[in-house]
Amino acid sequence: MIEIENVRKSFGQLEVLKGINLTVEKGEVLTIIGGSGSGKSTLLTCINGLETIDGGRIVVDGTDVHAKGTDLNKLRRKLGIVFQQFNAFPHLTVLENVMLAPVKVLGQSKAEAEAMAVRQLTHVGLGDKLKVYPSRMSGGQQQRMAIARALAMSPAYMLFDEVTSALDPQLVGEVLDTLRMLASEGMTMICVTHEMKFAREVSDRVAFFHKGVMAEIAPPEALFGAPKDADLKTFLAATH
Amino acid sequence: MFDTALTLADLGFLAKGAAMTLAVTAVSVLAGTVLGILFGVIRNQAGPYWSMPLTFLLDIFRSVPLLIQLVLGNALQSIMKLGWAPFTTSCVVLSLYTAAYCTEIVRGGISSVPATTRRAARSLGMTWWQDMRYIVAPLATRVSLPAWIGLTLGVMKDSALVLWLGLIELLRASQILVTRLQEPLFILLICGAIYFIISFPIARLGGSLERRWSND
Amino acid sequence: MFSYTFHWNQALKALPQMLDGALVTLQIALLSMAIGLAVALALTLFRLSGNRILGGFATAWVEIARNTPALFQIYMAHFGLGSFGIHLSPYAALLAGIAFNNAGYLAENFRGALKAIPETQTRAGRSLGMTSLQAFRYIVMPQMLRVAFLPATNQMVWAILMTSLGVTVGMNTDLAGITQELNARSFRTFEFFAIAAVIYYLIAKAVTLAARVLAARMFRY
Repeated sequence: MIEIENVRKSFGQLEVLKGINLTVEKGEVLTIIGGSGSGKSTLLTCINGLETIDGGRIVVDGTDVHAKGTDLNKLRRKLGIVFQQFNAFPHLTVLENVMLAPVKVLGQSKAEAEAMAVRQLTHVGLGDKLKVYPSRMSGGQQQRMAIARALAMSPAYMLFDEVTSALDPQLVGEVLDTLRMLASEGMTMICVTHEMKFAREVSDRVAFFHKGVMAEIAPPEALFGAPKDADLKTFLAATH
Repeated sequence: MFDTALTLADLGFLAKGAAMTLAVTAVSVLAGTVLGILFGVIRNQAGPYWSMPLTFLLDIFRSVPLLIQLVLGNALQSIMKLGWAPFTTSCVVLSLYTAAYCTEIVRGGISSVPATTRRAARSLGMTWWQDMRYIVAPLATRVSLPAWIGLTLGVMKDSALVLWLGLIELLRASQILVTRLQEPLFILLICGAIYFIISFPIARLGGSLERRWSND
Repeated sequence: MFSYTFHWNQALKALPQMLDGALVTLQIALLSMAIGLAVALALTLFRLSGNRILGGFATAWVEIARNTPALFQIYMAHFGLGSFGIHLSPYAALLAGIAFNNAGYLAENFRGALKAIPETQTRAGRSLGMTSLQAFRYIVMPQMLRVAFLPATNQMVWAILMTSLGVTVGMNTDLAGITQELNARSFRTFEFFAIAAVIYYLIAKAVTLAARVLAARMFRY
């Protein structure tokens, strides 16, 4: 369970999160929508401790992320994250990209890590690209590799930060299909996205962020079908 | 208390050495830059094939130790009975050494000017010379200046090697004082500080020019 | 103009001796490069550590190495360290001086190379649970070494050229040192030093070529 309590975060003068309260249950798929600068991406990097917070707290399975003495490296094994930029490691093959962290962080044997990597890469449809360097692959393939890389750590939660935003339109579908597959397998996911159709299909709940505030949260039918918040209505009208 | 046998006269001796370092550097960089611009333009005009002999010749100056070049230059002037003073020999060798590096810098600068820009200039009816003078030179100078500053500082530091031909420049002057006063660390630190004080601010200037100009 | 007769035979007879010297030259250059690379990596980590003392130390090293003559650095190792009761042989002083110089220039190369690697690479590594040292070691460093490889090759050529400075502190086993001893005995300065120049040139070219082959094998991405 991820518990977010009254979280505040500022970059200099700019307050990007103004007291967020949110709980994500095991097995839930939560999507976060909202305009740029609404703070939705920042929240994800606060959850895995890449960013510090200025107030409130975030608790993952009973561990306070930002408390002194929390082993962030250990905590991050639980929290897979995939970014907008694919962040493939260019000097490693696809297989080596996925094997690196299990071997160096989890201390798995090479054989063990390779078996897991092959399984995850096959799962996302890259079983035939194992020996290829990322520069030889499309953006969609690189992004699926990044997903496999995160999954190889056997995380309890997956965070997706606008993972299709940097892709050419024709490549968006293959990555969303991968996310749908994960959702149907029961993975706990928080997805920040601009893909409304996707959000409507896979989410258990959808949250709308606006100017650092969570303006509305509801199951997709309610949020898209009968929006209450005025900013949300404007936002939905603009995206349709 | 700190105690040293170093006198004011000795400091004057070091200053004279520093002046010699700067004189050798100034002459060599000046002559080397003129030659470098000439060779750079030739290399650029002649194309890689025809400029091969020149390229090869200049590459020798960059692949053979400067100390060896100085000894060879001195031996050669003696064989040819030119009767050059060590200062002249040092400056001639260092100039050619500088020219070898400067040629690369100039060539890089010229080829950084887009062909389209040059074609535009020629389309306006400019002659080759006008194109070089008003379009290529200003643009190439900007690109080349940081590297040229680096080269000048490099020559200033490398000029220490002329001590091998008997010139009393900064490092040799320090060495003479070390032998006389037997305070190697203290005197060498002063010597190093003088080099540093000359080099560091100019290096910083070059670095900041490079940063500013690579941004726009 | 030339009343001088060249005596190449006499000089060529000394070629085996000079080639032995060339091996010592190559040895010093390679050793100084190995030490320089290791120290440069340490200096780079110091600068990245965010620790002011370590960072200041690294910056001082780099700036002194880059803003004073290599010959001065060798003199410091040979004469200057004597004040601390450390008396280095010409070989050790030469090696120390060049390694000091290499480390400074290589650390600066590394700094430039690091700028070419996006911050997001480190973030991706940290997100997978790596410590910052692991992210540097397995993700950033290999990419940095690739970008810095060509400048490092140039530094290797520099190291070879710098070895010739040993003769000024009494080094007599490397190529320049042996050439100088032969010269002192025979006064055939031009002949001996011309042959030395050719050998230096060939070593420099061979090293450049070897580096290219090595790069093609090492960096396949």
